[in-house]
Amino acid sequence: MALLSVIRRPISARGLTALTTTPSLVRRAVPAFAMQARLQSAAALKTNPVAQKIEKKRQEAKLGGGEKRIEAQHNKGKLTARERIELLVDAGTFREYDAFVEHQCEDFGMPNTRITGDGVVTGHGKINGRTVYLFSQDFTAFGGSLSKTHASKICKVMDKAMLAGAPVIGLNDSGGARIQEGVDSLAGYADIFQRNVMASGVVPQISLIMGPCAGGAVYSPALTDFTLMVRDTSYLFVTGPEVVKAVTNENVTQEELGGSKAHTAKSGVAHLAFDNDVEALAKLRDFVDFLPLSNREPAPCRFTADPANRCDRALDTIVPTDSTKAYDMKDVVARIVDDNHFFEIMPDYARNMIVGFARLDGKTVGVVGNQPLVSSGVLDINASVKAARFVRFCDAFNIPLLTLVDVPGFLPGTAQEHNGIIRHGAKLLYAYAEATVPKLTVITRKAYGGAYDVMSSKHLRGDVNYAWPTAEIAVMGAKGAVEIIFRKQANIEERVAEYTDKFANPLPAAKRGFLDDIIEPSQTRSRLIEDLTILEGKQLKNPAKKHGNIPL
Amino acid sequence: MLGSGAATLLRTAQASRAFHASSVADKYFNKILVANRGEIACRVIRSARKLGIETVAIYSDADASSLHVQMADEAINVGPAPTSQSYLNIDAILNAIHQTKAEAVHPGYGFLSENATFVEALHKAGVTFIGPGQQAMAAMGDKIQSKVIAAKAGVNIIPGFNGVVKDTEHALQIANDIGYPVMIKASAGGGGKGMRIAYNDQEVRDGFQLASTESLSSFGDSRLLIEKFIEQPRHIEIQILADTKGNVLYLPERECSIQRRNQKVIEEAPSTHLDAATRKAMGEQAVSLAKGVNYASAGTVEFLVDAHRQFYFLEMNTRLQVEHPITEYITGIDLVEEMIRVAAGHPLDLTQADVPLKGWAIESRVYAEDPEKYLPSIGTLRKYQEPHSETALQEVRCDSGIVEGSEISIHYDPMISKLCTYGRDRNEAIANMKRALDTYVIQGVTHNVPLLRDVISHPEFVRGNLSTKFLAEYYPDGFRGHQLTKQTWSELVATAGIVHAYRELRNASLAQWNRQLTASTSYGSNSAALAGQNKAWQMYVKLPAKSLPTGAAATTDVAESVAVHVKLASDRFDFGRENEFEVAIGKAEPVRMAVHWDVESPLITTRYVTSTPETKIPSSPVTLQYLEPLPLGVSLQHYGTRFDLSVLSDAQHRLLSHMKEKAPLDLSKVVLSPMPGRVISITVKEGDVIAEGEVLAVVEAMKMQNALRAPKAGKVKAIHVAENDTVGADDVMIELDDE
Repeated sequence: MALLSVIRRPISARGLTALTTTPSLVRRAVPAFAMQARLQSAAALKTNPVAQKIEKKRQEAKLGGGEKRIEAQHNKGKLTARERIELLVDAGTFREYDAFVEHQCEDFGMPNTRITGDGVVTGHGKINGRTVYLFSQDFTAFGGSLSKTHASKICKVMDKAMLAGAPVIGLNDSGGARIQEGVDSLAGYADIFQRNVMASGVVPQISLIMGPCAGGAVYSPALTDFTLMVRDTSYLFVTGPEVVKAVTNENVTQEELGGSKAHTAKSGVAHLAFDNDVEALAKLRDFVDFLPLSNREPAPCRFTADPANRCDRALDTIVPTDSTKAYDMKDVVARIVDDNHFFEIMPDYARNMIVGFARLDGKTVGVVGNQPLVSSGVLDINASVKAARFVRFCDAFNIPLLTLVDVPGFLPGTAQEHNGIIRHGAKLLYAYAEATVPKLTVITRKAYGGAYDVMSSKHLRGDVNYAWPTAEIAVMGAKGAVEIIFRKQANIEERVAEYTDKFANPLPAAKRGFLDDIIEPSQTRSRLIEDLTILEGKQLKNPAKKHGNIPL
Repeated sequence: MLGSGAATLLRTAQASRAFHASSVADKYFNKILVANRGEIACRVIRSARKLGIETVAIYSDADASSLHVQMADEAINVGPAPTSQSYLNIDAILNAIHQTKAEAVHPGYGFLSENATFVEALHKAGVTFIGPGQQAMAAMGDKIQSKVIAAKAGVNIIPGFNGVVKDTEHALQIANDIGYPVMIKASAGGGGKGMRIAYNDQEVRDGFQLASTESLSSFGDSRLLIEKFIEQPRHIEIQILADTKGNVLYLPERECSIQRRNQKVIEEAPSTHLDAATRKAMGEQAVSLAKGVNYASAGTVEFLVDAHRQFYFLEMNTRLQVEHPITEYITGIDLVEEMIRVAAGHPLDLTQADVPLKGWAIESRVYAEDPEKYLPSIGTLRKYQEPHSETALQEVRCDSGIVEGSEISIHYDPMISKLCTYGRDRNEAIANMKRALDTYVIQGVTHNVPLLRDVISHPEFVRGNLSTKFLAEYYPDGFRGHQLTKQTWSELVATAGIVHAYRELRNASLAQWNRQLTASTSYGSNSAALAGQNKAWQMYVKLPAKSLPTGAAATTDVAESVAVHVKLASDRFDFGRENEFEVAIGKAEPVRMAVHWDVESPLITTRYVTSTPETKIPSSPVTLQYLEPLPLGVSLQHYGTRFDLSVLSDAQHRLLSHMKEKAPLDLSKVVLSPMPGRVISITVKEGDVIAEGEVLAVVEAMKMQNALRAPKAGKVKAIHVAENDTVGADDVMIELDDE
């Protein structure tokens, strides 16, 4: 894999203050010769029967399943495949492929029902000027069901995306397999899965679930990097409520079984949910802006007016003096990053861990942090898996990692042990240890025990490891430690004070070089930006191997 | 006192004032302790520092990292967050004095500032109290005795003066003797805390109960006072300064008529209502009263003044007032400094004839409270930037004790700051206040800037037609935020459009820069990379119908959703400078606007370059605030009020109609906590049948008790809280059912 982080940026985020602007392409007056050509082709259309047929087909494709079904789609509070694309990409930039594709099925009367486009609209377009490939399933055509040709269209888009190096965005709204096609349909799914896997780590893949997505179909979103949902109108499940009832006698609604709430808060299958189609697509545009187009590019950069050397005094007092008191790590993130803007991923799942994107001096960084506000920020199975997957995404796409540490350790108990906290905790450890992107770590308060090691410590090739003066880096809290060391001794309180003095501060770790510096919290932003600029030249490669063996 | 003899020698003329700060010999005390918190503690520390005096702050656990602690030379913890265990904890404070060897104590206002027991304790400990003597304080602190003394001193007394109230029956008897309306308030407290107005027997009963419990919780003293409530009065007060040598002088008056629930909101000095003769008469009565009790410090004599400039003594506050800065503005006198000097035994070095009155000053009390519901708000100040002076007049003074990231907590008064502005005349002071409020960034808590901004722009306020009924009279249905006019609507909509343009240009930088990055590798020349840049944007801007200008303020152009066309006026765009745009709203002629906005930062400065849509003349700059991006638009603050605007592309505008409204939470059958606070009592139990308006629970927050009443008749289905529970805003406390 080529490491593009070595490429020096010609300009910093602030370097370019003036943009030269020229009239927009879309508003540019049509030159006279072009106008003439258009008139000629319009005339040709009227007389040429083939051209008329083409035009008719094109219009049919635009209508998908027809006006009645479009109306039904609208009545459900859902938009059509094309309307969604219109909202997703910059005006006038969508280029469609395969609009004329029709299914090849000869069974069950299917030859009499062909819908031009076969239930999916594919092509490429631009989001804020950057290319994305996309497919948008059309629920009005065969319920968006997946036929062999439907699948081929999607595969073509993915192949092109891989070749050009641009993200693939899937807008899913499909009833499932085209049952009339039998195994052909299943083959179609598998073709997509294979491409999902090949594209993984090469181009970002995003699935926005905007309707039903059931059965085998769910595994394509599951293989992509991010699965987003629309509240109340989208569902994801392997087997629907009827089958659940038949097999387990359990009564459950679609929403309870596989709605956005279930997947964003409980299962962790979905990363974000939005109120409706329009909002979802608007936020998806914001989201894409954080991502590089492929693993061949560095993390993207855009203008920011937020000064790189902004000093935030509020950070100096944000960690409460009483170390048992909580604070919101998201406030810490917001105060450090550009424009106080933190784009959180999976905000409702494993809330003791926060992950998301932000920018430092215009450049995207991936942020991972323990959340003291929820269960004291403890590491448990869900938190480890959530963060591990995010870390690996960032590493795959050259996005530097900023880790904010306030962790009391791993969560004890049979529930955790028996469900494999060892195996799952190891995922996060593996992800950090494997990552070669710039890794910056700030310990704000607690960094106890094995959790200290895991959270992007110096020992896992952390590039820059800072502590705030409030940091406590130790094997465990002073009280617990003293109870073990001085069992049955009388003057426990004195010993606690001694242990606190010795370890409940950042100095012991700093003395050993496990911290590069102890910094004033208010200076965190400027220090990190300085470091990131330097680390743009970072070159680090893992040993050549087929692939590692992450403890799945 | 150390060095005081030398200081007296040095201070023979007013000219010597300039040397205060630098003259070591002029040190009145070596060290003083400030027995307060927040902005007033900071304010006292500033003056002490100017005089070269070391300062000691006290703080509760909740205030450990607050500004007054950081500013002081030393800081001592005096206990846990509740005031009764910290800032009112006399033993702990005496201990702090002992520990730090402070020679004197400045109490600020509130807390122990008018507590004679505290003064007595200090006296015993040999520590100077920077304030009046204990006798004067006790005499004036007792609202009943003070009126007897005032009458003796020849001060006009408010009609219907009465005694201590024993019980509800007694309260009713007194009220009926005086005749309605009557005012019920705490005997021990100043200001509006625990004060209620009753227009009938029922209101006396309610008011008596609530006021007495509140009085007890705030002052540890359940005594109450009932007196005739004068309608249409103006609240005008006289600041006096007195030394221990018997010299007393009065300073120009402050008018504090803009009040809500008897809490001052906006004050100004001088008053538009007084003539020189009245000012002199009031001043002389105030001086006479002060002399009558051997007063020696700064103090304030409050009067009610009617339309005929008849004035009546209200009470004397034996402390520094919240609104003292406006007096300092128009006189140039540092009142805290004078208090310290006088406490150190120095005589006043001014005579009555020397007291200046120059210019006009206004103070806005900026509170963390919802100005529409008058409910306190707590939280962290996510963003906080104070306005500042732009001229040599030093026309903006913002006294605060908080910084960005500070917590407005449930334990203390929710005041954020005292925002004062100065002008050579009243209009200039008003204009400066408008600018100050517009550029005051407060995010993270709900605040009353919308109300303040609206009042100072109100035509009657501008005319100086004030009364304590001002808010009730001009906002009969309560304050509902700034009501847009055609002009302010246009400003708001145009700014939303320009914000969109800025963000689009910013977003475009993403593709341009990254194209340049890749240009050096495999994508060839980037010479065309900057081409294709948009410089015109077509959008729809949508405001909720309830926010739109109505009646005469509206015209045909005004609609819930308007097409807005924004175009860069030149081929250059610079993120760091002012940029000009042509903005067309609906079918209106495009206007040219110049805007400076550091994209995503809070302040957006706009001005009409050629003409405004309404006045057709170029405008002076108008500042709007960018509060936050919305999923489909932007939240802007204009005239202090928040407006959520949808900014939609053509496609979004067209397709949004298909989206389903999310069903709102059914609130008809639940009682929500109106604010964060503590449950004082729950007066019903599950299964009780209740009448509409029946009190179900009482929640206390910021020392105010709020009775929660049944929204309609029914049955109590479930109670989710218990007494003494802490509740957050909008927590479901009680569920109701139809009977």
